[in-house]
Amino acid sequence: MTALDTPATRQTRRLAPTLSIGILLVGLHIFVALLTLVWTPYDPTAMAGGRLEAPSWLHWAGTDRLGRDFFTQIMLGSRIALIVGTGAVAIGAVIGVTLGILSAFATRWLDDALAATLDILIAFPTLLIAMLVVAASDNASLFSAILAIGIALSAIVARLTRILAKRILLLDYITAARTSGTSWLGIVFGHILPNIWPTLSVNFALQFGLAVIAEASLSYLGLGAPPPNASWGRLLQEAQGTVFTAPIGAIAPGIALLLLVIGINMLADGLRDIADPTRSSDR
Amino acid sequence: MSLLIAALVLFILLRLLPGDPANALLGVGATPDQIAAARAQLGSDQPLATQFVQYINNLARFDLGVSFVSRASVLAEIGNRMAVTLPLTIFGFLLALVIATPLGIIAAVRANTWYGWTISVVSQLGIAIPVFWLGILLVTLFAINLRWLPSGGFPLRGWDRTGEAAIAMILPVLTVALVIAASLLRYVRATTLDVLGSDYLRTARALGSGFTEALLRHGLRNGAVPVISILGIELASTFLGAVVIERVFTLPGMGSMLLLAIQQRDYPNVQGVLIVSTLLVLLIGFAADLLQRLIDPRLRDRVRGTA
Repeated sequence: MTALDTPATRQTRRLAPTLSIGILLVGLHIFVALLTLVWTPYDPTAMAGGRLEAPSWLHWAGTDRLGRDFFTQIMLGSRIALIVGTGAVAIGAVIGVTLGILSAFATRWLDDALAATLDILIAFPTLLIAMLVVAASDNASLFSAILAIGIALSAIVARLTRILAKRILLLDYITAARTSGTSWLGIVFGHILPNIWPTLSVNFALQFGLAVIAEASLSYLGLGAPPPNASWGRLLQEAQGTVFTAPIGAIAPGIALLLLVIGINMLADGLRDIADPTRSSDR
Repeated sequence: MSLLIAALVLFILLRLLPGDPANALLGVGATPDQIAAARAQLGSDQPLATQFVQYINNLARFDLGVSFVSRASVLAEIGNRMAVTLPLTIFGFLLALVIATPLGIIAAVRANTWYGWTISVVSQLGIAIPVFWLGILLVTLFAINLRWLPSGGFPLRGWDRTGEAAIAMILPVLTVALVIAASLLRYVRATTLDVLGSDYLRTARALGSGFTEALLRHGLRNGAVPVISILGIELASTFLGAVVIERVFTLPGMGSMLLLAIQQRDYPNVQGVLIVSTLLVLLIGFAADLLQRLIDPRLRDRVRGTA
């Protein structure tokens, strides 16, 4: 970044707390997720103590109903959350941006039909669409959850892309590019995408948070990644049954999830303030 | 038009579901003859186009068919389930409005005080929290630690046992309300900040009206317009979000009906729930639109649609 002497820098410095807390929280989860690849406090599948033990120095979050260390399960949950978030946003971005751009370029009636369809799809929460897509795949797996959430997110991305792209298409330099013979692909990659990218990327960060929540909810409903995958949603669902004896299980995974989503949202806020210094950080 | 598109999308999506409904209906031991007979009866041996015409035809007559599993009328079942989901949605939403509107305005007017700041932080938390976890937390607090309220369930005889039913609804309604309130609050706050910086408010103040009076008389009306379209979306998603809430509190509503139907591949039920939900979502959107026009005369002759 060589933009240190632009007016935006002052803005960036002033707003640093949001961005840095965001980076810290998200970084923590990335670190934990990577750590679980090489080391976990206990073997995640082995009995490490008695059943439903209360938190102690040996087991920071107690043990689950099979005597497995709960903190280890929560750490593994970071991995699932990050994988699903990244995968779903990537799928949503590819489908959504493509559809949005095509819609912006399409003939009037096709554009109208697409816009109407997107409006309807967006009125449904991400989770409901994801539920249907999961139901449409033969058996629930990590991939079907990612795909389902990605497809659900793509409607939101497509609508945003369409609106942003249409706005750019009206500008004079697009007309200039067209008259000078630039192909429409050239216009898309040379002019539209670079211009809408800052807004889109902030939106992707917010969608990442949505995806993490949607994954947890799917798992909670029993439609997410099946058991060897330690999803926070499934941990919470299992812990709900034993909440009378071990309330910690119904709290700890939620806190891990909350920290990640808040971190992502703060990161997105911070990024938006950098991408668009004219907009206040109040909303 | 929108409804037709919605119907088409649902139709395609539902045909994509794998697993032959005839198989699901008869179980594993069925003979090929039985399966063929079941298909003929269900109409799933017809070409897709014929099926679609039949489907639109049935929709137009509000005939949603019968459940594959229980053989009960889908519409009647939805009617029963609505008795839980509608009150949950409506009361949750109203409570959210009551919480979010004053707090949002205060958070904006007193943006630089500690409580204005606290309200904003709490609403940030509320947006990041998954609704089912909030539900579990409230159950842990009110049902298990304090023992004030039941942790879930609904009387079998429904609203005939009015008292029991109402008590069973308290925690679910509170959960819905808190989640919706958190996101509404952000919009109310942002809109109020816009209003506070507006010229018309300054003019009203210059003409001698008090701060509160100016805010309530001019600000509320102007600010309401953008908030109403958000309200429409929030109300729709409150209704649809009932799926998860009903699972947390084991309530027999539309959400648990949909979840069960998906697990059993009970297409008529899945389809029925989705069609009725879509219809409601579209109606809510339409109502929000009308209301906006009612409040803001400037919108009445503007053509919708560009952004």
